[in-house]
Amino acid sequence: MPQLDASTFPTQLFWLLVTFVVLYVLMRWLALPRVGQAIEDRRKRLDNDLTRAAELKSQAEAVLAAYQNTLAAARAEAQAALRQNAERLAAEAAERQRELAAALAEQVAQAEQRIAAMKQQALAEMRGIAADVGSAVVEKLTGTAADPGKLAAAVEAAATRRAA
Amino acid sequence: MAGPKSPLEQFTIERLIPLHLGSVDVSYTNSALLMTVAVVLITLLLVGATRRASLVPGRLQSVAELSYEFIAGMVQENIGHEGIEFFPLVFSIFMFVLFGNMLGLIPFGYTFTSQIIVTFALSIFVFALVTLVAFIRHGIHFFSFFFPPGAPVFMAPILVPIEIVSYLSRPVSLSIRLFANMMAGHTMMAVFAGFTITLGVFGFFPIGVNVALYGLEVIVTALQAYVFTILTCLYLRDAIHLH
Repeated sequence: MPQLDASTFPTQLFWLLVTFVVLYVLMRWLALPRVGQAIEDRRKRLDNDLTRAAELKSQAEAVLAAYQNTLAAARAEAQAALRQNAERLAAEAAERQRELAAALAEQVAQAEQRIAAMKQQALAEMRGIAADVGSAVVEKLTGTAADPGKLAAAVEAAATRRAA
Repeated sequence: MAGPKSPLEQFTIERLIPLHLGSVDVSYTNSALLMTVAVVLITLLLVGATRRASLVPGRLQSVAELSYEFIAGMVQENIGHEGIEFFPLVFSIFMFVLFGNMLGLIPFGYTFTSQIIVTFALSIFVFALVTLVAFIRHGIHFFSFFFPPGAPVFMAPILVPIEIVSYLSRPVSLSIRLFANMMAGHTMMAVFAGFTITLGVFGFFPIGVNVALYGLEVIVTALQAYVFTILTCLYLRDAIHLH
């Protein structure tokens, strides 16, 4: 078995020592710190990104809450304005209706007065006409002029009878 | 050696560049060459992967980061928080053994982990380190490790020798496990490759076996590197926490 040839032992041990020490030194102070650094950097970067994402999320939530608050306030304001407007309009309408009703009532009252006056006048004139017609009829039938006093009394009597 | 080519001939050490340090032969051999290749490849993998480290890792960076996190997790789980100081060492051992095993699977390559002296040196180093750490941490109290807590005192004459033998056999089992696995796999592949030639037309059968064996060997290389490393971790855990 060539492995048991002791004459090769010194050189193998020597080169094993040299190569392994070189490897250890390279690993310990060159390679491993770099690999570890790369892994550490990635971990830090991920942690940072996650923290930043959480921050941004909370910011976005705050903005959303503010927006919703503003929206609610604006809606309430708009509703208040609408209600106010409706109340004012209703009040105005009621006022105008009342004014109109009053004006109409006055006109009606005036018209009634005028009608009453005209009726009064018509009635008065009617008596004159009745007296005229009566005197004319009496003159035609009798040939003499009728006594105006009697005629007026008769017309008056007829009118009151008719009115009753 | 019998036959034109022994299956064990592949393990021969060849002196590529003869060198001498005083009277000691330190020739640069095929084993040393593969150790150098392993060191260069490991360094290129880890440094090249992080040269342009990106947030989303590419393939190479993923391999580097996965091996880093794999060993870091192993150290963390088996040794605990105090194990961090041993992380570079455990990582170096894992990568060195893994690359040593894997490079042997490349045709015309060489498996330096199939050399008993290499695996034994690594194991003795781990053993010495573990014992040193245990002494530095616990001083003389370290010897209580050889007596399981809660065991009846009159059992000590039996238990203590058993524990001491088991402790001392750690480097032997650690080194022979890796060495034997590597040698057996490569020997078997060489044997079946030899069959391919002698069987002539029916050589396709050993080729098929070799293909299957090769797949098995890929698993074995990774598994043995893992076993070597996790045992190192467990020994370090014992040294730090004693029981």
